[in-house]
Amino acid sequence: MIRPDAPVLLEIRDLTARVEDQPILKGVSLTIRAGEIHAVMGRNGSGKSTLSKVLAGHPAYTVTGGSVHYRGEDLLGLEPELRARAGLFLGFQYPVEIPGVSNLEFLRVATNARRAGKGEEELDTFAFEDLVRERLLVVQMDPAFLERSVNEGFSGGEKKRNEILQMALLEPLVAVLDETDSGLDIDALRIVAGGVNHLAGPDNATLLITHYQRLLDVITPDYVHVMAAGRILRTGGKELALELEERGYDWVDAELAALERTPAEVG
Amino acid sequence: MASSATVGDLVSQPYKYGFVTDIETEKIAKGLSEDVVRLISAKKNEPPFLLDFRLRSFRQWLQMEEPDWATLGHPPIDYQEIIYYAAPKQQEKKASLDEVDPKLLETFEKLGIPLSEQKRLSNVAVDAVFDSVSIATTYREKLAEHGVIFCSISEAVKDHADLIEKYLGTVVPGNDNYFAALNSAVFSDGSFVFIPKGVACPMELSTYFRINSGDTGQFERTLIVAEEGASVSYLEGCTAPMFDTNQLHAAVVELVALDDASIKYSTVQNWYAGDENGKGGIYNFVTKRGQCRGDRSYISWTQVETGSAITWKYPSCVLQGADSVGEFYSVALTNNRQQADTGTKMIHVGPRTRSTIVSKGISAGHSSNSYRGLVQLGPKAVGARNYSQCDSMLIGDQAAANTYPYIRSQQPDASIEHEASTCRISADQLFYLQSRGIAFEEAVSMMVSGFCRDVFNQLPMEFAAEADKLLALKLEGSVG
Repeated sequence: MIRPDAPVLLEIRDLTARVEDQPILKGVSLTIRAGEIHAVMGRNGSGKSTLSKVLAGHPAYTVTGGSVHYRGEDLLGLEPELRARAGLFLGFQYPVEIPGVSNLEFLRVATNARRAGKGEEELDTFAFEDLVRERLLVVQMDPAFLERSVNEGFSGGEKKRNEILQMALLEPLVAVLDETDSGLDIDALRIVAGGVNHLAGPDNATLLITHYQRLLDVITPDYVHVMAAGRILRTGGKELALELEERGYDWVDAELAALERTPAEVG
Repeated sequence: MASSATVGDLVSQPYKYGFVTDIETEKIAKGLSEDVVRLISAKKNEPPFLLDFRLRSFRQWLQMEEPDWATLGHPPIDYQEIIYYAAPKQQEKKASLDEVDPKLLETFEKLGIPLSEQKRLSNVAVDAVFDSVSIATTYREKLAEHGVIFCSISEAVKDHADLIEKYLGTVVPGNDNYFAALNSAVFSDGSFVFIPKGVACPMELSTYFRINSGDTGQFERTLIVAEEGASVSYLEGCTAPMFDTNQLHAAVVELVALDDASIKYSTVQNWYAGDENGKGGIYNFVTKRGQCRGDRSYISWTQVETGSAITWKYPSCVLQGADSVGEFYSVALTNNRQQADTGTKMIHVGPRTRSTIVSKGISAGHSSNSYRGLVQLGPKAVGARNYSQCDSMLIGDQAAANTYPYIRSQQPDASIEHEASTCRISADQLFYLQSRGIAFEEAVSMMVSGFCRDVFNQLPMEFAAEADKLLALKLEGSVG
């Protein structure tokens, strides 16, 4: 839902970043307002996953320039846990397994950390159980998953559902979902997308990072951005995604090549 | 910013029990000889059978060589440079706590072990051992009402000589191994527990060992006997000051369980581990063994080993009685230059005996952490079963973890299972937890306690939280 007067939640300006000595992001700018759903599309290696990791504060990525403001405040100076407590959420493409740490306990500690960030009081074990059982419905997850270790032995689809469950509990203001559709069969995709749609509201925003149109068939974006070689090449409405689907990414290459011939025109 | 390198820094929490109590001590001259053994025995007014035991052990020790098969390295120990007896100066063991030197009470209070009547733990009886001597034992009268004897081994030698003569050295003989022989010759004090037939000990028993002197060896001897149908849960804790020299600690623990008896023995070992360059710290060479002498008897060892420069320790069970059960649950954490070679021996003698081994090793810094375990099934152990699980967790990339399982079976009708795994706390796991609002240190702590949960669940309730806190302490610190 686009409302020009809605508050800006995330403001990315000329962001550049590298992994080890390899520059990946080469000047990304993006403004996200409350209520909006954005999709970033692009080929493998275009930098779209890096963008999500940089936003969440992954230690392997070094920001070399530009700025990111979250609700008007500098985001990049914050430790990852403080970004999460402030309401930024990253849904992982490959959620890691953490043997020995109970999923329920993990969800409770995370939820309480986020609540502390909002100035709300901690939930005790019982209150949390009530909450988690209610939120399980959003992703149609079996309560048995709560008793297992975090993501341990979960199938690809179960891991993604667990991500959306976390999102449902943490109630983020900006959710960055990195390739949430990858590895999902059509039923799981529908459940996950249903969860995301359910959680999207006028006060929060969603940034979908995806490869394919099929996720955007079930979650309708307000904006589509095409990313290539660490830059956003083009921004449009949902029809841009359909165009990509139809024409493939080859025209992106042509446009990129043109861009690199005339670097002065960038921006 | 978080990275796997900083996980290593995390483990370097300053040792908070490193203080020395300034107290007048009676020590004998350093060095070891037959005269020294006689002197120790004389100082304690021991009956002849005990002096004989000491002398026999000493003579055998002289013939023995220090073992060198463990994955441990240290400069040679000069046994003539050690003082074999040190005691805080106070004449007799005091009848009442009011007469104990307040400095000693203060020391234990600082260690979190209040002994005075107002402050002591309400459901745990404590024997407090300072250097070589037991200074106080709480709740003795209450235990005596149930026929339970809980006192220092020196007192037991005086008051219950028959029991000592009957059981001492029957599980770990005087010539069992080099360090056990040394202990048998010069042991100073320790705890004695006797649970008579049919009695379930009404409270947790606990001994707290405190090393104070810098040049004194520590040789405690603990003996626990549970008669038919009796049961007891016992916990020992240990700390020592920070010295830049090494102190030798060679203890012996013997457990005897008769028919249907059960003994649960837990250890939280937090001796001083030395500094980050490996200077100082305790050399911990300990022999612990339990004998399930009776049918359907049960002995369980749980250990949380976080201290010592060197740990050489294999709490074992001899499963003699039919249907007897032995268990070993261990968490060993090493950091900096610490070395641990620890594990267990499960000796299945009787039919249908069962044993479980769960070992969790955590290595950080430049430390080395080895599990060494023997599962032996004799010809009469028909239908015996063993399950072993050995997991290692590596923190950083300079630490070493080894697993040495030995299995010897002379019994075709038996089942033996062994599982082993190695994992590393990865930067991606930490980032995942952080990205959910969980601080770096808490994330490490969650993963480590998750890794150890199977073992912590075995600790007495009062101490499970303590153990969790202790590991968290060792893992918290410098990340700001």
